[in-house]
Amino acid sequence: MDIIICVKRIPMTQEVDLEIDDSGKDIKKDALAYVVNDWDNYAIEESVILKEKLGGTVTVITVGDEDDEDVLRRALAMGADKAIRIEPGELELDGFLISNILAQVIKGLEYDLVLTGVQADDDNFGMVGIMLAEKLGLAHSAVVTGFEAEGSEATINVELEGGLDEVSKIKLPALLSIQTGINEPRYVSIMGIRKAGKKELNVVKVEDIGLSDEELVRQTIIEEYFLPPETEGAEMIEGDPSNVAEAILRILKEKGVSV
Amino acid sequence: MADRKIFSGGEFLITDAAPDDVFTPEDFTDEHKMIYETARDFVTKEVEPNIDKLEEKDHDLTLDILAKAGELGLLGTDVPEEYGGLGLDKVSTTVVTEAIAPAGSFAVVHGAHTGIGSLPIVYFGTEEQKKKYLPKLASGEWCGAYCLTESGAGSDALNAKTKAVLSDDGKYYILNGEKMFITNAGWASSFIVYAKVDGEKFTGFIVEKDFPGVSTGAEEKKMGVHGSSTRPVILEDAKVPVENVLFEIGKGHKIAFNILNIGRWKLGAGAVGGCKICVTNSVKYANGRTQFKVPISSFGMIKTKLADMAIRTYMSDSMMYRLAGMFDDKLGTLDDEDKKSGAENAKAIEEYAAECSITKVYGSEILDYCVDEYVQILGGYGFCSEYPAERYYRDSRINKIWEGTNEINRMLVPGTMMRRAMQGRLNLFPAAKAIAGELMSYSPLSVQLPDTPLALQEHIVKMSKKIALMVAGVSAQKFQQDLAKEQEVMAKIADIVIEIFAMESGLLRTLKMISKEGEEKAKYQIAAVKVYVDENIPKIETWAKQILAYVEEGDMLRTQLAGVKKLARYQPIDTVSLKRAVADRVIELESYPF
Ligand SMILES: Cc1cc2nc3c(=O)[nH]c(=O)nc-3n(C[C@H](O)[C@H](O)[C@H](O)COP(=O)(O)OP(=O)(O)OC[C@H]3O[C@@H](n4cnc5c(N)ncnc54)[C@H](O)[C@@H]3O)c2cc1C
Ligand SMILES: Cc1cc2nc3c(=O)[nH]c(=O)nc-3n(C[C@H](O)[C@H](O)[C@H](O)COP(=O)(O)OP(=O)(O)OC[C@H]3O[C@@H](n4cnc5c(N)ncnc54)[C@H](O)[C@@H]3O)c2cc1C
Repeated sequence: MDIIICVKRIPMTQEVDLEIDDSGKDIKKDALAYVVNDWDNYAIEESVILKEKLGGTVTVITVGDEDDEDVLRRALAMGADKAIRIEPGELELDGFLISNILAQVIKGLEYDLVLTGVQADDDNFGMVGIMLAEKLGLAHSAVVTGFEAEGSEATINVELEGGLDEVSKIKLPALLSIQTGINEPRYVSIMGIRKAGKKELNVVKVEDIGLSDEELVRQTIIEEYFLPPETEGAEMIEGDPSNVAEAILRILKEKGVSV
Repeated sequence: MADRKIFSGGEFLITDAAPDDVFTPEDFTDEHKMIYETARDFVTKEVEPNIDKLEEKDHDLTLDILAKAGELGLLGTDVPEEYGGLGLDKVSTTVVTEAIAPAGSFAVVHGAHTGIGSLPIVYFGTEEQKKKYLPKLASGEWCGAYCLTESGAGSDALNAKTKAVLSDDGKYYILNGEKMFITNAGWASSFIVYAKVDGEKFTGFIVEKDFPGVSTGAEEKKMGVHGSSTRPVILEDAKVPVENVLFEIGKGHKIAFNILNIGRWKLGAGAVGGCKICVTNSVKYANGRTQFKVPISSFGMIKTKLADMAIRTYMSDSMMYRLAGMFDDKLGTLDDEDKKSGAENAKAIEEYAAECSITKVYGSEILDYCVDEYVQILGGYGFCSEYPAERYYRDSRINKIWEGTNEINRMLVPGTMMRRAMQGRLNLFPAAKAIAGELMSYSPLSVQLPDTPLALQEHIVKMSKKIALMVAGVSAQKFQQDLAKEQEVMAKIADIVIEIFAMESGLLRTLKMISKEGEEKAKYQIAAVKVYVDENIPKIETWAKQILAYVEEGDMLRTQLAGVKKLARYQPIDTVSLKRAVADRVIELESYPF
């Protein structure tokens, strides 16, 4: 089975006090560490598991600059066979445009399955997978937590609201947005890192993939970022632990919680 | 690595290296960076959640985690590929060692296993020994240990009493004796044991746990590294097949001392990893802790601590990777045949014995400084075991004791350099003589420094080398062969040389960075070098004068003191502001900033 996975390198924003930059349209990123998007990591693992089981190749793609090659090399070290980086140059990107670019490149490749993460941890739009499926004319399923291929079909598990698990069949080729927890992503071993150094990593420029200028325009423009204003209404309960506990109990009861 | 000039051991003291001659962490390849991430990831996911269990010496868990490390290649960086390892460069090994440091006691298990437990076979084993043992060690199926110390033979390791006698059938050596303080003893499957054949020829042996007559004693109760096993290894008529003799009979000291050389620099690399965690953990706490209505990181005295920790760690870091690069260059000159020869390997490793001692002493003492400030910044919480600072503080202490105590290593710094000078391998004495001549005409007032960011610091490093050569020369002339008995003098020379290597390593790294990325990008590194040189030139001047005051007298003393004064002439700069700038950067990033 030939698999294509789309991945993104994102800044780690947990446990950091984010600050808005001078433009007011982005956050300050220079002090942030960058990692592979968590969802994508599961997608990479899933593709490598499938390759190990069924044979075939895994190609990993990102739209990004040279620094973003980190996540491609990482995927190669986990077991992907080939990597493609699409250099966007000065283009301003959004989910729509990224999916346009990816679709254009993926059209020219052989595949049975395309994987993305459900969403990217930076802006949590969750759009690229769905739009990419549409543009490639593929069946799509999101929040996939299980995959079992049977010939030209596959049985997939999808996580629904309220903890429900939906089992369905999907025709291949298809595009699946992978949910975290579908597997346990492996470590990147030093042996893998060594092998990755010898694998193919191709760079293509966005102007060379055959999209017209009109097709290279983003559809969303960020106007402003702001931190939520501090609101009234929080009550700080002070005192020793037993007083605090008493106060919490009293408030809960007042608000109608039966305790 | 291609165009770096290969320095001979100790040569840094007499020849100025160019920035491009040193390897720096900014030169990491993508592969090095990924290896670092792998090791960190492993520590975060496998070790850190298990720290409490590991601290109780959980035998099975420790071996499980070791095997997992093996699966990821974290045990095999130094083992050639044909024996199940990865055969990587020393920079990769240094990267792994640094990244594993936060694993606490497990870092000790890992370090002893991959270093002193495996390297003797890598460098000195026969083809059969390598085939038999290295794959098991590289995969973590077996854990390795190293048995040099005995109750009566610690620093004086060659004074071992353990004996080896050939059996009547000529097939075995029968070993008798007791080794002391052996790391990994409780879970090791193979031991590198040193014993004297016929009571005189000091020799290495590969001893398996299951050989008849091999056992271990009770665990030591230790101040720190509680999760490492430390026991006596008891040899009672232990039967060791003759094919398990390591290298040559009577050449055990070659193995022992060269493996210690590598162990010393690996210890330094691990210490750097520890230092970086101290800085990061300290600033995280300091930013979050409010006293007097503000975060304690806003207080000048706390800023000073954060800056000093970061700056000294930067020097230590620069030094470790510089040495890793030197080893890679040197070992890179060996051809495939040489690499299989224990004697050739020994020669290459021995080259940088003095530098290894320097990194060991410096790395361990900077770590001790950092753990102390880490505790201090946490106040009362630093003293309580709920926070890791308390464990770091205890764990750090052993580093000044093992792999040769810092006293022994201080003796080795000038000792090795003098020996190389006597052997004609280091032009120490001509250089020292030249300075005596130069001094007459030298005037610090006529020095014209170029208008470059670190011109003053470059000048001071050069002058410090002259001071070192001058006092070493004067001392050698006075005491000749007996200089080694003048330990107080030896130690002060060592301290001067150590600080020179530290200053110069940080300086060269920063100059390299400036030339590649520009002054603005290197501004905190520049501040670090300025502060460090500012604080150390007065120390170097004082140590030199103390040596002279002991060695010389009368007019000669006055002339020499005046000479040192001229060479060390330096006007202090504003380091308060520089340290604040570095500290503010640490505070902003909430981590080690370089
Ligand atoms: C936790 C732990 C793990 C260890 N692991 C191992 C291991 O795996 N394998 C192994 O072989 N050993 C191991 N050791 C032993 C360690 O290497 C020795 O403890 C060390 O070499 C010092 O020897 P000693 O303890 O006998 O001290 P001594 O040699 O008795 O030294 C005591 C003091 O005297 C000083 N001193 C000694 N000689 C001189 C001198 N000539 N000039 C100036 N000062 C001197 C020392 O610097 C020190 O301050 C371990 C020790 C510990 C505590
Ligand atoms: C074993 C133990 C026994 C103790 N026994 C007692 C006891 O019997 N009774 C009792 O009342 N207390 C006791 N204490 C508490 C002890 O006195 C406090 O821990 C100590 O005063 C420090 O306070 P802190 O731990 O809150 O640290 P912090 O005040 O948070 O200090 C953290 C760091 O910030 C620095 N810092 C704080 N303010 C400033 C400033 N303005 N300028 C510069 N630096 C600053 C500190 O010097 C320190 O390095 C005990 C603590 C321990 C660990």
